[in-house]
Amino acid sequence: MIRAGRAIDAAVIGTSAGGLQALHIVLRGLAWDLRVPVIVVCHTGSTDMNTFCELLEPSSRLPVLEACERMQPQPGCVYVAPSGYHLLIEANARFSLSIDEKVRFSRPSIDVLFESAAQCWKNRLAAVVLTGANQDGASGLRLVRVLGGVAVVQDPATAEAPAMPTAALEIAGADYCTPLSEIGPLINQLSLQ
Amino acid sequence: MGLRADIEDIELDLFVRAMRMRHGYDFGDYAPASLKRRVTGLVHSTGAAHIGELTSRILRDDNLLTEIVAGLSVPVSEMFRDPYVFRSLRDDVLPVLASYPVINIWQAGCAFGQEVYSLAILLEEAGLYDRVQIYATDISDVALSRAQEGIFPVRDARAYSENYIAAGGKASLADYYHARYEHMKFDEKLKSRLTFANHNLVCDGVFCEAHLILCRNVLIYFNDELQDRVLRLFRESLVRGGFLCLGSRENLQFASSARDFMAVNARARIYRRKKSE
Repeated sequence: MIRAGRAIDAAVIGTSAGGLQALHIVLRGLAWDLRVPVIVVCHTGSTDMNTFCELLEPSSRLPVLEACERMQPQPGCVYVAPSGYHLLIEANARFSLSIDEKVRFSRPSIDVLFESAAQCWKNRLAAVVLTGANQDGASGLRLVRVLGGVAVVQDPATAEAPAMPTAALEIAGADYCTPLSEIGPLINQLSLQ
Repeated sequence: MGLRADIEDIELDLFVRAMRMRHGYDFGDYAPASLKRRVTGLVHSTGAAHIGELTSRILRDDNLLTEIVAGLSVPVSEMFRDPYVFRSLRDDVLPVLASYPVINIWQAGCAFGQEVYSLAILLEEAGLYDRVQIYATDISDVALSRAQEGIFPVRDARAYSENYIAAGGKASLADYYHARYEHMKFDEKLKSRLTFANHNLVCDGVFCEAHLILCRNVLIYFNDELQDRVLRLFRESLVRGGFLCLGSRENLQFASSARDFMAVNARARIYRRKKSE
């Protein structure tokens, strides 16, 4: 069910176990003329995110790139956090990187991206938590909601690894709790307001 | 709650001013998002109620300064981080350095020292160690004293060893350290050509003529202007044709000083100062 929501200027997505397959489905649902950037943290064992991006491209009408420090995320592009770095968003919306300590054993951390994105875009942000094996993203999602953004969580019953979306629902709650196939269209809808 | 985020930005501004005006450390050109994260981390680790209270404390308690500076700089590193970079240093850079009778190397931002010991091992295995002088600098005295010890948790030994092998290591990483209890301590002989010194990239100048400068994952914490200024400092510190090695995801597109460098291995972020300017 898609309710009329607030307009967004960006969407951020966090996922770990099962993330590649989940992202295929979400990206497939994104409009070719999407007006916002989509920024992804996916915990993978991989050190080479370029290959990861290449794997996702066939499912996406939008370019899928590794996020590059100092660059401004562009509408209609999907960015993936580089391996081994935290990805942050500056107040002017440009990407920046950090190699500070892992957060919940993760770097990139979903919480770090979400907190940083929330401070930049405030109530013009949609944050999405998908399948995953740990609780990363839950506290970041809470800050997103506190600052007025939209929280979207994959229905844990549909998730390959339900721990992450379950923790997100428990700790942050959500404005939408939906299966994967509805998330892309939801982002499209929110970006059009 | 939306208001609280704005208050924190104001407080961060005041914190930066206090550090500059009271202690002479200028964090004003650090990239704000990661700076704010680190300052927030210090709020928690010092038990301050908020950034405002932390600011008040640093104004009145000079004893806090070392801890604050340590918390605002890069602690994290690993040996032979991004092994392909060390491989490229070995294959593309060291053979050129070998033509100099004395080789000066500056490692800027040495953190706890993993990278400088990696470099020492690389040079040792290339038969160049006796000709080098390595200056390892950092803004943090805590980092420098840790780096000087050359002691690391043994739980990292396996990961470091894998990196060492992937970087083309000729022997075994264990040949270079003694393991005792939960630590590995690198051999004193690896330290004989190392000099550790405090240096602040924001305000300190050229101190040597270097043939190779390594500064990996430090500039990512700086805004565009400071990144450019530091690159200029590096250019001035390098001999013509000297090498610069940055972190593997650094972006020089917004630094006009980048035009003074040409890529030797762009993927490894290894550059060379152009000979004619």
